[in-house]
Parts: sequence; C-alpha cells; structure tokens
Amino acid sequence: MVPVNDLQEMYRDMVTARHYEERLQEEYLEGKQPAFDISAGPIPGELHLAAGQEAAAAGVCQHLRDDDTVTAPHRPHHVAIAKGVDLDRMTAEIFGRQTGLGKGKGGHMHLFDPEVHFACSGIIAEGCPPAVGAGLAAKKRNEDSVAVAYLGEGAIDQGAFLESLNFAAVFDLPVVFVIEDNDWAISMPKERVTDVENGAKRADGFEMPGARVDADDAVEIYEVAGEAIGRARDRNGPTVLEVQVHRRMGHFMGDPQTYRPEEDQEAAAERDSIERLERDLRNHGVDDERIEEIREAAHERVEAAIEWAKEQPKPDPSDAHEDMFVNPPSGVTDSEPDFEFAGGDD
Amino acid sequence: MSENSAETRELTMSRAMVSAIAHEMRENDEVFYMGEDVADYGGIFDSTEGLREEFGYDRVMDVPISETAYLGAAVGAAQEGMRPIAELMFVDFFGVAMDQIYNQMAKNTYMSGGNVSVPMVLTAAVGGTYNDAAQHSQTLYGTFAHIPGLKIVVPSTAYEAKGLMHNAIRDDDPVLYLFHKRLMGIGWLPAPDGPKTPVPETDYTIPFGSADVKRTGDDVTVVTLGLHVHRALSAAEDLAEEGIDAEVVDLRSLVPLDTDTIVESVEKTGNLVVVDEDYRSYGVTGEIVASVADEALAALDSVERVALPDVPIPYSRPMENEVVPDAEDIAAAVQRTQ
Repeated sequence: MVPVNDLQEMYRDMVTARHYEERLQEEYLEGKQPAFDISAGPIPGELHLAAGQEAAAAGVCQHLRDDDTVTAPHRPHHVAIAKGVDLDRMTAEIFGRQTGLGKGKGGHMHLFDPEVHFACSGIIAEGCPPAVGAGLAAKKRNEDSVAVAYLGEGAIDQGAFLESLNFAAVFDLPVVFVIEDNDWAISMPKERVTDVENGAKRADGFEMPGARVDADDAVEIYEVAGEAIGRARDRNGPTVLEVQVHRRMGHFMGDPQTYRPEEDQEAAAERDSIERLERDLRNHGVDDERIEEIREAAHERVEAAIEWAKEQPKPDPSDAHEDMFVNPPSGVTDSEPDFEFAGGDD
Repeated sequence: MSENSAETRELTMSRAMVSAIAHEMRENDEVFYMGEDVADYGGIFDSTEGLREEFGYDRVMDVPISETAYLGAAVGAAQEGMRPIAELMFVDFFGVAMDQIYNQMAKNTYMSGGNVSVPMVLTAAVGGTYNDAAQHSQTLYGTFAHIPGLKIVVPSTAYEAKGLMHNAIRDDDPVLYLFHKRLMGIGWLPAPDGPKTPVPETDYTIPFGSADVKRTGDDVTVVTLGLHVHRALSAAEDLAEEGIDAEVVDLRSLVPLDTDTIVESVEKTGNLVVVDEDYRSYGVTGEIVASVADEALAALDSVERVALPDVPIPYSRPMENEVVPDAEDIAAAVQRTQ
C-alpha cells in the first residue's frame, strides 16, 4: 500500500511537470511563428520536453532525499521538478537569465542544483558515470545516500551506460539506473536499434537485478523503484529499472515527427499517467476537491516561476568570461627551488 | 645543500610525485587514487608505487579497463566534494573517454555558473623516445590545453613533480597532471640526469602559472616543457661553447600560462625559440609565439618553432628520432636566430 501522502506528492510533481512543459511550449513558440527560427524568442535553442514521462520521474524521486544524487539527460525538466530543483532558478536558466541556476551559461540541457544534488548532461548516457561516482563517494564516506542515473531507451547501447553498469556492479555501488523507454530515439524506434526488447535485461550481463514496468503507472513505478532504491540504500548494490513512458511531443520543439505514425502519437496522447494517478488517488480516498486543489497549486507554482524568470535580468555580455574556475589562477608567484639546478639530457 | 639532510633528499620524479600524493592522502581522507594497475603493480610508470601498501585497496583502487566509467566516476565523486585522482595510463587513451573529460570535467563548473566545482586530478603518462609508436607516444599537450576549463601542469623535475602535485590535489578545479615517462626514473626506461633533484621532505606548492627560468642567458629565449626542458638545457651547454647564451624557460603549466615570464625574457633576448614534443600545427608552439606577438611584437627579432612534424609518431628508431626534437634540433633552431 502506497502512503496516500506520497501519492499526493507524486501527483503534485507530475501535474507541475506537465503544466510546466505545456507552458514552456507556449513561451518557446513566441517569436518563432510563423517562420520557425530556433534561435528566436525568449527561449532560444533546442528544447526537449518530457510531457508523458512524468510518472518515471515522480515514482522514483518520491523515494529520494536531498542528499541523494540524480543525473538526468537532455530531457530533464520532469526529473528536476520531482527531485526538488529550485523551480524559479531553473526557469530563469531556461530563459537565459543572470539569476538562473547556471547564470545563463548552461541552458535547459545543463541544469545543476548542488543543493539537491541534481545535474544533467546533453550527451546521451554520459550522466551515468558521474552518478556512479556519487555512489562511490557515498560508499567511501559510509553514508546511506544513493545515486540515480536517468537515461532514455535510446541510450542503452552507449558504452558509457554499459561501462557504468559494470563499474557499479563490481564495486557494489548504491546506484539505480532508470531507463525511460518512450519508444523513440528521435526518429529511431527501439526495435530497429536493439534486439533486446526489455532494456532492464542489460542488467543480466552484469549479474545485477533488473526490472521493467510495462505501463506508465506511477504507483507501480513507485513500488518497483522503492525496492531498487532500498536495496541501494541498504548497501546491496545497483539495479537497472526500465519504465515504459510516452513521448507526447516531438523529440525537440520543431520536430515535425514525419517519421512517426499518427496512431502512435494518438496512442501516446490517450495513455495518460496523470489521469491514471487521479483514479488511484480517488481509490485511496482523496476527493476531487483535494485533487483540484493540488492541481491548481501546481499551476500557480509554474506560473509564478515563469513570471519570476521573465522579470530577471539578462546576463551582462562580459559575464561570459566569468566562472571558468572556482580557484581562478592567482597569478605568478616566485617559487624558485633553493638548490642549484643540474640540467642536461642523456 | 646536503642530499642526506633531514629536510631534503634527492628523488626521482616518480618518487617525488608519490610522496606528494601520500602526504595529501594522509592529511585528507577524501583524497583517493583510481586507475588501471595502480594498486598491486604500483602504476606502470611508478606513479603510485607503494601507495597501496600504506593506504589499502579502498583508497588506491585498481579499476576495470573502463576509462569512461572511472574518469566519469571521478567527476561525480569530485562534484560530491571528494578529491579523486584518476589516472589515464597513457594519455593516448583519452579517445575512449573524451566526453567525460571535455564535456563534464572541463565544463561543469562553467555551465553551472560556478555553482559546481570538480576538484579532481587526472594524471596521465605522456611522451615518446622509446619506440612505442603512434598510439602510445604522444604528449597531446595542445589537445587538452585547447579545451577551456582544464588546468594543465607538466613537471620537468622531481622538485616540480612534488610541488605541482600538492597544488593539483588542493586546487578546487580539475587539473590535468601530465608526467613524462622518460623523466620518471623507471628502471626499464632510464631517465636523463636532470629530473632527479633534491626535494624537500615537507609539503610545498608550486603555483600554477609560474614558469621557471631554468637557465639564464642573454642571447635567445628557449621556451619549453617536460622532457624538452632537459634537451634544451643540454643544447644550451653546447651553444655556450659557441658563445651563444641561451635562456631556458620551463613553462611548468600550460593553463594558466605564465606569459609574463616569457615576455620578460624575450624583451631581454629578442629571440624566441619554442620547443614542444607535441604536433607542430595548431599547438603549443603556435600559441606561445602568438601570445608573445600579442604583447611584445616589437621585441621579437626572430622566432623559431621546434616540434613534431605533423605525422603520427613512427615506431622504428631512426624515424622516431627524426620526428622527436633532440638537443641538436634545438641548437640548430637557436643558431638560426643568431
């Protein structure tokens, strides 16, 4: 039985993420119509939205503490929200503002919030090794924190993922690898890139447990993730978890999705993990009024973050030269050796 | 100074490097070393000899042949506040793990607006002169120095090896520590005389961005690093007999680069020879010449570059000797400036 409070928090995170993506889509398209120019508008550059994948974020991150580490890939917003990343500063970052998480230097694929141990990387599967490193640090320090590496199903053929599985397994590290299977690696369906239907089977080759959740059912994900994270926290090693999700939008904003059958898009739109969780909430005795209250609060939170972000100052052009190093080179110091130098080659 | 005094002893470069690592590991539980064959073997190039015996397998970790995993794990552990040292056995192996080096280790501080630090050291063996051919002989100084976000240090002697390592471990930024195999003092790879120097027992740091004038001279400035500091000094001795007085500047770090010391020397000598064991094009020699030209073009009477021609490093001895600059090549370049 899932604690009803956890269900409500998961619902809050999922509707926050969904509304966030829908609102970012609107903001993103500003200045990009009728002619689509990716560098125009208040949010320039690529934008990878995660609508339809919220259950994978909420069901796993509900088990995590602030000192647990999460690395996410290029499609990070839903995971960041579920992990508790500062929504105002994350939004300011996406809008390229000075007060953003990275002072406007990172953008939406490179969000870092050390307060809640969250980072993401735009390179497929390359967030896995740093997550393994966070697990290694926890083990060395004898702490019970864990690390979770998110990746898409298109990333499971990358060496970085496979090397990370081996490393985590051989050192028994507290790491959970979460594969979000949204069926599509940009335009490539899973069956055309791997003969392994169930990505969690990748775990078998490393003698570690693997599990797959076939439906984007937040409750089931919560239960299966709970076991995996509990195992990690109890120092019983890593797990691979694959979760079926649905990509309701294109790979990135502007993706015409001409490669994707219409019925697949329609099916993704129909299978809604948020509606499913609403039914679960009702079954747990949460009434419609309460559900609506959570939803409204989430929407307000998103609107406030977007409003705040848009009011933030843009970076000064000269800020581009800052933050190269934490310890800036201190300049030249005389440190002559106090002995006669004996040079010469052989 | 007595070599046997309590405060100072003469060490090979590898012993000096290890003594700094051991000191930092004693002082700070968060420092650990990861690499291939670093525990029981002690590092193929003696970079960790004796550390496992003192600190055990947890802090001197042999890892799978899996550079992406363990270099990336070092990035992750560093971001959690630990101070990992990860070793790439040969710098030439960078290709199998470059994303972790240049997209994570080098960029995470900047991309996070300075909110994330990556206090790790990446050590790697560099250099040729022993017929190990194209995939095991490079220095790749320019490749890494080109990438913003990495501090790059290159010790030339035991004294530098210890002082730079203390600083590298204590620095809060990612540092690449590139040690030349020929300088380490390994039994099966004899070093020249120069790198074995007196080394203080105590800890001391050599700040990054502080080049060292290894030999003073009035006629020409020879700027170099690593093994070629010794080859340049050897050339300078020969040139002295001809009446040419060369000043030899050891860069010690490529990032940050101590342009001031180079410019000061060139303003005195008027002639600049840059010697590098990396490829000629788009590399250290071009960068040093351009930096001096930016600041002191009028002081430059002549410029020479001595580097590897733009070919992969060949195996057979006559051909490797042809492409890796030696003291005669350096002396010839200096003579052309006179």
